[in-house]
Amino acid sequence: MSTVALAGPGTFLGSSIGKKVVMAVTGLMLFGFVLGHMAGNLQVYLPHPEEAMRSYALFLHGFLHGAGIWVARLGLLAAAALHIWAATSLTIQNKEARPVGYRQWVGWESTYASRTMRWSGVILLSFIIFHLLHLTTGQVHPQFEDMNPYRNLVTGFQQLPVSIFYILSMVLLGMHLAHGVWSMLQTLGLSHPRYKKLAQKAAVAFASLVVLGNISFPIAVLAGILK
Amino acid sequence: MDLKSNIPSGPIEQKWSKHKFEMKLVNPANKRKYDVIMVGSGLAGASGAASMAELGYNVACFCYQDSPRRAHSIAAQGGINAAKNYRNDGDSVYRLFYDTVKGGDFRAREGNVHRLAEISVKIIDQCVAQGVPFAREYGGLLDNRSFGGAQVSRTFYARGQTGQQLLLGAYQALERQIGLGSVKMFPRHEMQELIVVDGRARGIVTRDMVTGEVETHLADAVCLATGGYGNVFFLATYAKGCNTTAIWRAYKKGAGFGNPCYTQIHPTCIPVSGDYQSKLTLMSESLRNDGRIWVPKKKGDTRSPGQIPEDERDYYLERKYPSFGNLAPRDIASRAAKQACDDGRGVGPTGLGVYLDFADAIGRLGKGKIEEKYGNLFEMYERITAENPYEVPMRIFPASHYTMGGLWVDYNLQSTIPGLFVLGEANFSDHGANRLGASALMQGLADGYFVIPYTIGNYLAQAPKTKVDKTHPEVKAAEAAVDARTKKLLGIKGKKTPMAFHRELGKIMWEYCGMARNEEGLATALEKIPALREEFWKNVSVLGTPGEVNQSLEQAGRVADFLELGELMCRDAKERRESCGGHFREEYQDDGEAKRDDEKFCHVAVWEYQGDGKTPTRNVEPLEFENVHLATRSYK
Amino acid sequence: MGGGTGKNLNLKLHVWRQKGPNVEGQFVTYDAPGISTEMSFLEMLDVVNERLAEKGEEGIAFDHDCREGICGTCGIVIDGRPHGPRPRTTTCQLHMRSFADGDELVLEPWRAKGFPIVKDLMVDRGSLDRIIATGGFITAPTGTIPDANAIPVPKENADIAMDAAACIGCGACVAACPNASAMLFTAAKITHLAMFPQGQPERSSRALRMVAQMDAEGFGSCTNHGECESACPKGIRVEFIARMNADFVVAQVTKGRREAQAGDSSAG
Repeated sequence: MSTVALAGPGTFLGSSIGKKVVMAVTGLMLFGFVLGHMAGNLQVYLPHPEEAMRSYALFLHGFLHGAGIWVARLGLLAAAALHIWAATSLTIQNKEARPVGYRQWVGWESTYASRTMRWSGVILLSFIIFHLLHLTTGQVHPQFEDMNPYRNLVTGFQQLPVSIFYILSMVLLGMHLAHGVWSMLQTLGLSHPRYKKLAQKAAVAFASLVVLGNISFPIAVLAGILK
Repeated sequence: MDLKSNIPSGPIEQKWSKHKFEMKLVNPANKRKYDVIMVGSGLAGASGAASMAELGYNVACFCYQDSPRRAHSIAAQGGINAAKNYRNDGDSVYRLFYDTVKGGDFRAREGNVHRLAEISVKIIDQCVAQGVPFAREYGGLLDNRSFGGAQVSRTFYARGQTGQQLLLGAYQALERQIGLGSVKMFPRHEMQELIVVDGRARGIVTRDMVTGEVETHLADAVCLATGGYGNVFFLATYAKGCNTTAIWRAYKKGAGFGNPCYTQIHPTCIPVSGDYQSKLTLMSESLRNDGRIWVPKKKGDTRSPGQIPEDERDYYLERKYPSFGNLAPRDIASRAAKQACDDGRGVGPTGLGVYLDFADAIGRLGKGKIEEKYGNLFEMYERITAENPYEVPMRIFPASHYTMGGLWVDYNLQSTIPGLFVLGEANFSDHGANRLGASALMQGLADGYFVIPYTIGNYLAQAPKTKVDKTHPEVKAAEAAVDARTKKLLGIKGKKTPMAFHRELGKIMWEYCGMARNEEGLATALEKIPALREEFWKNVSVLGTPGEVNQSLEQAGRVADFLELGELMCRDAKERRESCGGHFREEYQDDGEAKRDDEKFCHVAVWEYQGDGKTPTRNVEPLEFENVHLATRSYK
Repeated sequence: MGGGTGKNLNLKLHVWRQKGPNVEGQFVTYDAPGISTEMSFLEMLDVVNERLAEKGEEGIAFDHDCREGICGTCGIVIDGRPHGPRPRTTTCQLHMRSFADGDELVLEPWRAKGFPIVKDLMVDRGSLDRIIATGGFITAPTGTIPDANAIPVPKENADIAMDAAACIGCGACVAACPNASAMLFTAAKITHLAMFPQGQPERSSRALRMVAQMDAEGFGSCTNHGECESACPKGIRVEFIARMNADFVVAQVTKGRREAQAGDSSAG
């Protein structure tokens, strides 16, 4: 037997790859959520958006006799917490891995998105908190109406600074996903040399889809299309 | 000097088996009581250290590099020979044996060479088991190619990086033993002195190249696998750090030095481009499978190669040696290139170069196939020369590449100092006066994996079981000698750098003891080298202090030893008044072909150190050929 | 021997000088006039060092050995790129024709916790050896082996293995990685050995041990920038990291079962 023990740093959650896998799996869950969230919200473009959105909300709240939404919320909360924990832990490890930096460093392959994951992540966290207080619980919303998501959305986005904050946050989300989705494939070992470029493009495409869908809401409100 | 070869009696095919049975064994439980030192971590060193550790010996392994994986075996490109006969083209152990004896121009021991050919088969098995990624065919079986000096296809390869892959295999086996604690590895340690107690090798003194600390390591046996001394020419295909210090220190402690003048000049290297040049780069011999070598027929033809029509080109190897053509052995191909250049038909800015042309092969096989076979070599050529070899022929010129000479060893790889074993290129044993392509890797691994693990046991089982302690006067004397030498080098504070001396020595060696040698030139060299050495010890400039990383001090120590070795090489070349293999004496030739003198020189010349300033003694081990009949080598 | 066939460059070098592992270092500027474009980068440093020596100043310490791009000893971060500006080229194989007259070059050592500085531009890469020592091998003691052709290996697998095995252990991947991660190095060896039937028995334990050692050496983790691949002089690809990740996950998942079953059978 080797003198190196398999315990300690070799355990799944103690290892760098284990944490990366946690990042990837939780990232996938969160990505699935934003995709679904965006798709659900596209109902604002239906002929009777206010009714459609209300019944959608009622459906979500009533799913599994009301338990469904809490299962989803707790799941997402856990995913987010683990995602943040793994990111923090890996970031600390990565910072410690190069105690003295370079005077000059030139990247060839890394992208603005890949280099700013930590910052986009932190800003997105603050956005999520704001978003929950804004359109879920309503504390920071000027005219929050219970169980009327469409109205809340329209009145919320009619405030220009709020819309701008949403739009910028969505751009960051797009960048985060563009690198994150491809990273997730790589971390889970699903990378394939022949499809690497395709997978990277697909990641950008999905990210763009989420961003464009989400950005369309404040823009449509500000443009007076949704009222 | 006792030069008993200890070749077992009996038919050649049975010698090794018989010997393995007759050798004494060390009981498995007792093996861990023995300490063995291995200096060097190349193919022979790493494989030997790992194999001995697997048997249970306590091994300490030393290398000057920062990691054992960097030993220069890693640079071997082309391949490794083995008599597997996987191609069904008539290969056999006997044919490999025969080709190697003939390739070495009948200056190697039959017994050793036959053992090498026998073991070659097992080496491939061993390497495959370790995961060496040899080239394979679509059926999943191993691929082969041909190499110089052979008419069968017996060379196994891993793209153009065979040496790298074989070394990494051995390195991984070594690292496994390091992980298990059975080998203690000392990287960035340079051997400075051999410790001999009561006539037996009992340890070494090293310098820690990071802290400068002088350390003593004691053992029951010492193995040197420190490679060749071709850097004596300064410009060579060796790594910059390759040196003769370990074997030279051993020589000065009484180990006989066999055939120092046998050096191999490799025909396909990238030519020199300027005075600042620090090393030469080899282009694998495998390129000669598909490349055609030529020079213009006309002297001083300065047209670009593309403008020289076919009938004005001289494909001189194909012309002179029709049956082997471009795959003539290295010594012959090198000499032919030199003759063409001496004749004023050399190409390139310096006139010291010949073309290696792939136009025909690209026309026949397509660029894609050539790229698949040699892509990495072509890339390397382009990086160095900024010329595209797919479009313009490569320019090549011979360069120092391997030394067949080395410390004399018997059949057990033991030098004339009991307990001092020498493996791989560092010994003189298996290649005679010329080494065939793809045989160095074979010999290094044969010695390390399959010879030393047996013969070391035979020695240890019979050696007296006494331990030496660090206070022994011989140990103290060796340490003091190392300290004194370091102080002396640092104290000279002269004007010339060690590298400047090395370059000068290299020029002398290349001029007088290179591809062609003669009595007068060697006599001149024997005056110039001692004069240069004297200047060195008065005027070398070594900066810095001993207690730190000091690359200037490292270099100075190595150059000091080369300055002594160079003289011995010239002396040996002068005394060997015949031509054989890589040793070409202009006085002894048949129209450019080496002319041996079997009456007078069918022997190994073994030099014995007699003290500083004294002429060493030349001893002789006669060579007997019972199986391969002495004949003039012909590749025509 | 001519005086060189190329043009001459006049350069200015900003070089990291550091006496030893635990002392402060700083950048020192040197003029390097009359550098032939035909020189290799290390030959240029030789010239600079010879000139320093003539002035009685100690030369710049840098690691180098084979000078033909295969031993992996050399490595300098040149103007922010490990091994300099030419793709798939080691420092020793980089030629001065890649630079222009008047260029100012910044020369720094590999920087990573796992690679402590020895002196000036030299670093200690023993950490990479220790990663190999924990599992970067196939246990095949000398002698106990079947015929080489007894186990056919599909050519595609052998080719991938060779691509991965081409790693020279220079550490440029670590130097280039914004996280100083050694995952490309580790993944290359894990992939190489996982491609062979002979490598299967230890495949899981190899991945677990090598990754544990890699973490223990203080290297960072991969965030999929791809800088390592672009800096690698031997073209080792990041897809190998994906393979390593997959092997590691499989090994973790099956570890408990293997241990439990091995325990049962040895108890029985």
